Amino acid sequence: MSTNTSDIRSSYAYKTGTNRLGLWLFLLSDAFVFAGLLVSRFYLLGNTRPHLEQTLGLIVTVLLLVSSFFMNRAETAIAHGDQKTFLNGTLITLILGVVFLVGVVGVEWQLAPFSASDGAHGAVFYMMTGMHAFHVLTGVIFLAIVYRNGRKGLYSAEKHWQVEAAAVYWHFIDVVWIFFYPALYLIGTVAG
Amino acid sequence: MANQKVKLFSLSFFRGVVFQVLGTLAGMGLVMLIRLLMGLPAWKAEPVWVGGAFVGVFAFLIGAGAFSDWAKMAFGEDVPEHIETDPNQPGWAKYFHISYDHKIIGIQYGVTSIVLLALAGTFALIFRTELAAAGLQVVELDMFNTLIGLHGMVMIASILLGVGAMSNYLVPLLIGASDMAFPRLNAFAYWINVPGALLVVSSLFLGGFDTGWTGYPPLSARAPLGMQMFFMGVYFIGFSSILGSLNIIVTTLRMRAKGMGFMRMPIFVWAAVSTALISLTATQLIGLSFQMVMFQRLFGMGFFDPAKGGNVILFQHLFWFYSHPAVYVFILPGLGIISELLPVFVRKPLFGYKWIAMSSLGIALVGFFVWAHHMFTSGMAEYLRVPFMYSTMLVAVPTGVKFFSWVGTMWRGKMTFETPMLFTLGAVSIFLLGGLTGPPNATVATDLHLHDTYWIVGHFHATMFGGFIFPFFAALYYWFPKITGKMYNEKLGKWHFWLMFPAFYVQSLGQMRVGLLGMRRRIADYDPALNFDFSHLLITIAGFVIAIAVTIFIINVIQSLKKGEVAPNNPWNSRSPEFFLPSPAPEHNYADHPFEVVGEPYDYGLADAPFVKFDAAPETAAD
Repeated sequence: MSTNTSDIRSSYAYKTGTNRLGLWLFLLSDAFVFAGLLVSRFYLLGNTRPHLEQTLGLIVTVLLLVSSFFMNRAETAIAHGDQKTFLNGTLITLILGVVFLVGVVGVEWQLAPFSASDGAHGAVFYMMTGMHAFHVLTGVIFLAIVYRNGRKGLYSAEKHWQVEAAAVYWHFIDVVWIFFYPALYLIGTVAG
Repeated sequence: MANQKVKLFSLSFFRGVVFQVLGTLAGMGLVMLIRLLMGLPAWKAEPVWVGGAFVGVFAFLIGAGAFSDWAKMAFGEDVPEHIETDPNQPGWAKYFHISYDHKIIGIQYGVTSIVLLALAGTFALIFRTELAAAGLQVVELDMFNTLIGLHGMVMIASILLGVGAMSNYLVPLLIGASDMAFPRLNAFAYWINVPGALLVVSSLFLGGFDTGWTGYPPLSARAPLGMQMFFMGVYFIGFSSILGSLNIIVTTLRMRAKGMGFMRMPIFVWAAVSTALISLTATQLIGLSFQMVMFQRLFGMGFFDPAKGGNVILFQHLFWFYSHPAVYVFILPGLGIISELLPVFVRKPLFGYKWIAMSSLGIALVGFFVWAHHMFTSGMAEYLRVPFMYSTMLVAVPTGVKFFSWVGTMWRGKMTFETPMLFTLGAVSIFLLGGLTGPPNATVATDLHLHDTYWIVGHFHATMFGGFIFPFFAALYYWFPKITGKMYNEKLGKWHFWLMFPAFYVQSLGQMRVGLLGMRRRIADYDPALNFDFSHLLITIAGFVIAIAVTIFIINVIQSLKKGEVAPNNPWNSRSPEFFLPSPAPEHNYADHPFEVVGEPYDYGLADAPFVKFDAAPETAAD
């Protein structure tokens, strides 16, 4: 009987299940960082928000949400063995991620009428977007590795745990931004 | 065998340290280069050192080889499931190497924990010597402040590593797994402690810091450079907690032996999982709070600077959201050890298994809602005080369940008093002292007087000794035969206990006494007119006696390793599956002896009620 158990446990499917649980626990842990940042934002700024470029904020948000669609498409494609759609979807997600980073760090950080050392608004804004951008950056690196391995044909319909992990991580980053965007751009009155 | 030579540089540990030094230098150079490119003067101590230290930690991990397999996996290469031990090396060398074996990692955790325990204890002896008499005799004020802060934080690191030692070594063995779910992550979670601990200690040489272990701003925002090293070291040690906990939870959920339902897991596993739930999540918040102070110092970000619209109370909320649950991280495994060991030495079933299991979980969950009881005097909103008082009192309920069960287990049992049992009983007694001195601090009215006095120090040390130190030693003695294959020296073990136990009471009650008489914590001097010089002298003497007791323990370990008696498989007549394996436990645990759970884990004294049934019975079976 127990040899049976150990056969099941050394299977790819069982190991993927274990990995999946580990990944979700990691995201739960990571969520506490972002929750802590949100708490800090409302604690320090209350019902005010930093003065930001609204159009730009909307554009990067849309880009990130659209990227999640392509990520999902890529994952579904590889689950059905469709290598071409998978590769294209991954590449588009990756590019949208890079554009998001450029939009936030390259443009918004330069346009903002305050710096990180200019009061609590600056501190909160740069900390929140910085922490999120760091996660996007790691996600982009992750996607680049997945894309490279995908081109080498390392993934199949049965075995593509790395793709799934990258996708789940990417969606997580996306969900975080869904909370951060209103907290920074929409809620409260402009101040500072 | 004796002529085997080990090249020092081939050991992960030494390679890591060399890489860390080189990496720190490279990181410093990098920051200086960036500063030059930005048109700033190249040298400014703080950013250069922080940048260097940050790069140094990763250099250590690369040098030690913690990333090698992951890099291979990322690019689709195959990696081995295990690193087999090199038979051409002497036995000790494998402990300085990266290993994926949870037992070796557990021992690495344990030894590092004891090294840090000795170090932090030495810090305490130095400042206790200072406090033995009024006036300043031994250390400068700044040094005193640095030492109390380091004593606190190095002890916390030691305890976290001790918790890691118990969880890593025991959980897979207790649930019948061959290893942890993520062996590489397990190794990584251990090795990141080493550069982290080096950073924390390096603060001693970089100006120290004067905030105590809590690192409150605004003081920490303008403390010397040592503060940054302290923050960063703790930040990395926190990663160890998070990743280690993740591993424990997944291992428990996915790798239990056949037939082991949740209510048939050895009770320590419940404690380990409850602990892991806290450190998986809450640790992020101390990391965040420390990171925010670091950024305030580096980039002028005004989170905690009132002049910039920041608020120092926010730091305390974030900090205590981890640091209060953290004390449950320290004690829950210890309380689990008490519940695990008592039935063995009482020869009776554990009283109320389900209640004990749920009480561990209960303490962990309630622990998330009590943090602001550290802040009654901080100036936070007053309406928060009473709710936090009540939530804090609620912790007494699951804790009371545990005490009730321990007494119920001992009730009319056939007790024997080997060293592990002595430490278990000592833990129960001391934890009772720690527990009963808690409610006065939780009650707002009395806490306003007790806050930041030596009373708190006494209370806290009672909870830590009862909840961690004594159970940890109990566990070390209890599993020493299984870990090493040798028996420890019972006589030295008893000396260890009978020195440490009374000395601890003198120390803790003495601390509470001087606290009630008006001694503030974290102060290097006191007015002789307060008339508690003698109490202070006694506390100091007791501290030294505890140090002697721990030294006896270390001597015992070394001696027993060299020439202890060969241990039988099951010296305690335990029902737990790991005691059916040979001593020391074989490399792949139950790979050759798979078993099935067929009964309750703690039915001691009941005939024909086995806990586990092995497929192929190992040579010796316990009765």
